Amino acid sequence: MPTMSEKILAKASGKDSVEAGDIVIANIDVAMTHDLTGPLSVESFEKIGVGKVWDPTKIVIPFDHQVPADSIDSANNHMIMRNFVKKQGIKNFYDVNAGVCHQILPELGHVVPGEVIVGADSHTCTHGALGAFSTGIGSTDMAMVFAEGNLWFKVPETNRFNITGELKENVYAKDVILNIIGQVGADGSTYKACEFAGETVSNMSISDRMVLTNMAIEMGGKTGLVEPDKKTVAYVESRSKKPYKVFKTDLNSSSLNVIDVDVSDLEPQVACPHHVDNVKPVSEVDQEIDQVFIGSCTNGRISDLRDAAKILKGKKIAKGTRMLVIPASKEVYSKALDEGLIRIFIDAGALVSAPCCGPCLGGHTGIIGPGEVSLSTSNRNFKGRQGSPDGKVFLSSAAVAAASAIEGKIVAPE
Amino acid sequence: MKGTAWKFGNDIDTDIIIPGRYLIYTDEERLSQHCMEGVDDKFNEKCKKGDFIVAGKNFGCGSSREHAPIALKGIGVAAVIAESFARIFYRNATNVGVPLLEAPGITELVKDGDEIEVDMESGTITSMNGETITFKKLPPFMLEILEQGGLIEYLKNKR
Repeated sequence: MPTMSEKILAKASGKDSVEAGDIVIANIDVAMTHDLTGPLSVESFEKIGVGKVWDPTKIVIPFDHQVPADSIDSANNHMIMRNFVKKQGIKNFYDVNAGVCHQILPELGHVVPGEVIVGADSHTCTHGALGAFSTGIGSTDMAMVFAEGNLWFKVPETNRFNITGELKENVYAKDVILNIIGQVGADGSTYKACEFAGETVSNMSISDRMVLTNMAIEMGGKTGLVEPDKKTVAYVESRSKKPYKVFKTDLNSSSLNVIDVDVSDLEPQVACPHHVDNVKPVSEVDQEIDQVFIGSCTNGRISDLRDAAKILKGKKIAKGTRMLVIPASKEVYSKALDEGLIRIFIDAGALVSAPCCGPCLGGHTGIIGPGEVSLSTSNRNFKGRQGSPDGKVFLSSAAVAAASAIEGKIVAPE
Repeated sequence: MKGTAWKFGNDIDTDIIIPGRYLIYTDEERLSQHCMEGVDDKFNEKCKKGDFIVAGKNFGCGSSREHAPIALKGIGVAAVIAESFARIFYRNATNVGVPLLEAPGITELVKDGDEIEVDMESGTITSMNGETITFKKLPPFMLEILEQGGLIEYLKNKR
């Protein structure tokens, strides 16, 4: 009996059924590339020499990594992509004012259950939160998709994390996923589909589910997935006109490995330098910080900004600590404005920037210097990830980030 | 193939292979100048064409940036030999023409700076003192992709 990955890949490859380990050629429903990996994809596509892309309506191109352009090189990259969009007649193009790719794809209705989605960005696994098989690929593979509309996949086995227990106050989806990665390790799900299931996940919002699936790649996962339910259907139907198909995993599947996770006693977690699986409870970490970043495709959604604002309201961030808040999309930014959250951040002493990836990948704004320490709500703390290789990056929830900004050191919210 | 082995640890991520601030470049030459800069900013001076990278488990984890294997190709790395590889990187490296050899035991066999010999046909790696281990041999189609410098060249030549 198949898993949801097997069912989706069978449908996409025109077969009645496929099994983990099979190599299939799957039709692609959505292909996404952005301002940073796009130029290489376009370069490779042009080398293939087919002229036109297979289907311009299935390509989505957001600018998010270096927006607005911060150098002549990035301005040139933007021009390469704008020209490509124009030449190929790509309608789903989002210029510098839209937001982070993995936030705007679902928000703007590009993701529905049962699809196969590829993105030239490793966190494309995020979109499995809506029940799509969604995975990150490189630029040559993306060029092949642009040309042919399909790509080969090895059908993955599945690690299904059956998550149970009620989360304590101030414990969030980010703490759950950091804890899981800490347990299984950075290669604990290599080339496996990571399904998140169980009562805790059922009780989570779509935003929280996206936090889990977003970080599947940090344990080597091919994709992250959550079985669609009423919440998924409500979200998708309010945002997309595309047809969709709900697939669920048969629990007697032979390619399924179920891992039980009880989160009822979980405390706020932090990933320590320089690996995402170096996870400790916040209570075991004694660390002063120079910079706090709240944002990214992991935790830059409105719920994160609400959690942070609740803690920061009427407070000031510590002297000597700087704080960047970057809403993940225009929609998130607008809501935060309407709800008065931006005012709270500014009054607390934070710097609020326009939607973009920000310091997450150390290529644009908020880069840290040698010896500096960043606490970030993003998904990677690799050596040098946010700037100097002699800096340190810690990862946490938005609530821990906000509470820590007030204290100038890593603490859990009270 | 004979060359010097430059040894790295476990979980070498693609941010280490090519830091995010250089992703604005797409050409081999400029990317190769910053290859492995995340852990060794002199790597582009000491690595010669035909040398090898030896590493532990999960080499190439993290970002899907194809700039990482392009930087390795540009600097002339003949192959990366590791205990295991992350999957997006595995595809990308093959697609741009960088051989990845999965060789359990390699980190025991080789010290940083050792001369090693790699035989793609027999699937063996021989250390300076004559000890040999095997790696999973690559299938013929993959060898062809690598010989022709990557997937796109391979497809163009097939047409």
